[in-house]
Amino acid sequence: MKKKYSIKSLIKNSLSDNENWGKMWRNPNPKKHYDVIIVGGGGHGLGTAYYLAKHHGVKNIAVIEKGWLGSGNTGRNTTIIRSNYLWDESANLYDHAVKLWENLSEDLNYNMMFSQRGVLNLAHNEHDIKEIKRRVSANRLNGLDTMWLDKNEVKDLVPIMNTDNLRYPVLGAAYQPRGGVARHDAVAWGYAMRADELGVDIIQNCEVKGIKTDNYKVEGVETTKGFIKSSKIGVVASGHTSVLAATAGVRLPLQSRPLQALVSEPIKPVINTVVMSNAVHAYVSQSDKGELVIGAGTDGYNSFTQRGGYDVIEETVRAIVELYPIFGKMKMLRQWGGIVDICPDASPIISKCDVEGLYFNCGWGTGGFKATPGSANVFAHTIAKDEPHKINAPFALSRFSDGRLIDEHGAAAVAH
Amino acid sequence: MILIKCPYCGERDQSEFSNGGEAHVIRPKNPGSLSDKDWGEYVFYRNNPKGIFYERWVHSHGCKKWFNAVRNTSTDQILRVYKVNEKRPDLSDFKNTLKSPSGEPLVGSGNFAVKK
Ligand SMILES: Cc1cc2nc3c(=O)[nH]c(=O)nc-3n(C[C@H](O)[C@H](O)[C@H](O)COP(=O)(O)OP(=O)(O)OC[C@H]3O[C@@H](n4cnc5c(N)ncnc54)[C@H](O)[C@@H]3O)c2cc1C
Ligand SMILES: [Zn+2]
Repeated sequence: MKKKYSIKSLIKNSLSDNENWGKMWRNPNPKKHYDVIIVGGGGHGLGTAYYLAKHHGVKNIAVIEKGWLGSGNTGRNTTIIRSNYLWDESANLYDHAVKLWENLSEDLNYNMMFSQRGVLNLAHNEHDIKEIKRRVSANRLNGLDTMWLDKNEVKDLVPIMNTDNLRYPVLGAAYQPRGGVARHDAVAWGYAMRADELGVDIIQNCEVKGIKTDNYKVEGVETTKGFIKSSKIGVVASGHTSVLAATAGVRLPLQSRPLQALVSEPIKPVINTVVMSNAVHAYVSQSDKGELVIGAGTDGYNSFTQRGGYDVIEETVRAIVELYPIFGKMKMLRQWGGIVDICPDASPIISKCDVEGLYFNCGWGTGGFKATPGSANVFAHTIAKDEPHKINAPFALSRFSDGRLIDEHGAAAVAH
Repeated sequence: MILIKCPYCGERDQSEFSNGGEAHVIRPKNPGSLSDKDWGEYVFYRNNPKGIFYERWVHSHGCKKWFNAVRNTSTDQILRVYKVNEKRPDLSDFKNTLKSPSGEPLVGSGNFAVKK
């Protein structure tokens, strides 16, 4: 039955202490065969299943997740959303996502808490100014709402920022007002609930141990709940994608590293936008609960331990305290890590490969949350039609042999 | 925090070192005659195993010397450290602690969604 959320259902359920909301999705046992199997129950995977069922009429789909839904990077990120990337290919892809974000709560009838509070990217030196102004101009040519703000305009937006009395003074910033944040869990749960309603089997606590192929064709997946047959498999497993690819004999140009975030004790509202800085490597926003959400960098070596090193947090916190002296005495409540899949050109791979029926959506690295609906939408197209949508065609694996890289190291320099 | 035993200086905090990625990657002798695919493999593709990994480190805030290490990337345990002119240890010298390619080890992983 289609679940409707409204002010009426809120009031009604509050009268019974919110005990009667019911399950949001089924918990089925896997069937022997599916038309499409999605490996990875993060936002990108669940969204892909949703769009496959909704837009492409695929009936028999499973999403297989090794932990619980959103227990990967979808539930571990700092939720910054923006589309101010340098190259046309990226601007198209990321803004496709921002446009979908703008209607996602309505489309899924589930509150994404998408808050377009704007995103600032600070400049601290001459080179930053040149790089950022170039990116602002490129964005404007692509019809994006990015603009250059001088120091005083930055200070007006974020009065608590120390712009002058620090080692790397703030000289200005790029500002994208349509950027912002959303609720990470809601994305996974919203897509999961609506995909389930369309008949998608969501199978949690089930690890894919290997992808079975025969003569460069997929046959199915070996899982902890047995073998499941399928002639189309989409792998959307972030940090574990290359490990899974290897079981099918496919190599991907990815390196997996821990990326960390931390949140503070909740305080009254002090910052109503998102501020990021490449040069001193720090970014911060304030959640609706009042916690500061702070993103640190990646560890300097490959690892799947999902924790992250303390020296990395130290570096970030040092930069945060210098930029915002008012935060100096705050207590941090929680810290965690996620394993991100980093691609050589800091752009994702949404692509077919040499094995028929095997599709990859990976390489999102430190910054794929913002792209969730867009990525899922074009990946569903790629799987259904067995050819890329025009938006993701440039993000093919072939770019690592033909040299058409999409270098976004500038736009993705602060790891988020 | 990881302690790394520099073969020249002894045990030091990991923050004194920089990682150089996969070890034993050999530059092709004949770049001119390689296909784009093979050259792309050399430039962009590196192994990324969950488990036993051969890698390079440099003691950048110490003796500044490069060396190799074998590390279990699922636990961060360093299993062997050796100089660049020493022979690459055999994979069979090391025990993989994972039951499946993307499984979680009992000790050393922060993935509590899966570990029970
Ligand atoms: C600390 C941190 C901060 C970040 N901040 C931002 C940000 O501010 N903005 C932004 O845009 N991006 C950010 N990111 C990046 C973003 O979180 C990811 O790019 C995005 O969430 C990836 O989504 P996904 O669905 O592809 O992967 P995930 O959500 O990681 O989903 C992959 C799923 O695959 C499952 N899986 C793995 N192996 C297997 C297997 N063998 N069998 C079955 N299932 C398997 C995993 O358990 C996981 O749930 C951040 C990431 C981190 C870690
Ligand atoms: Zn040394």
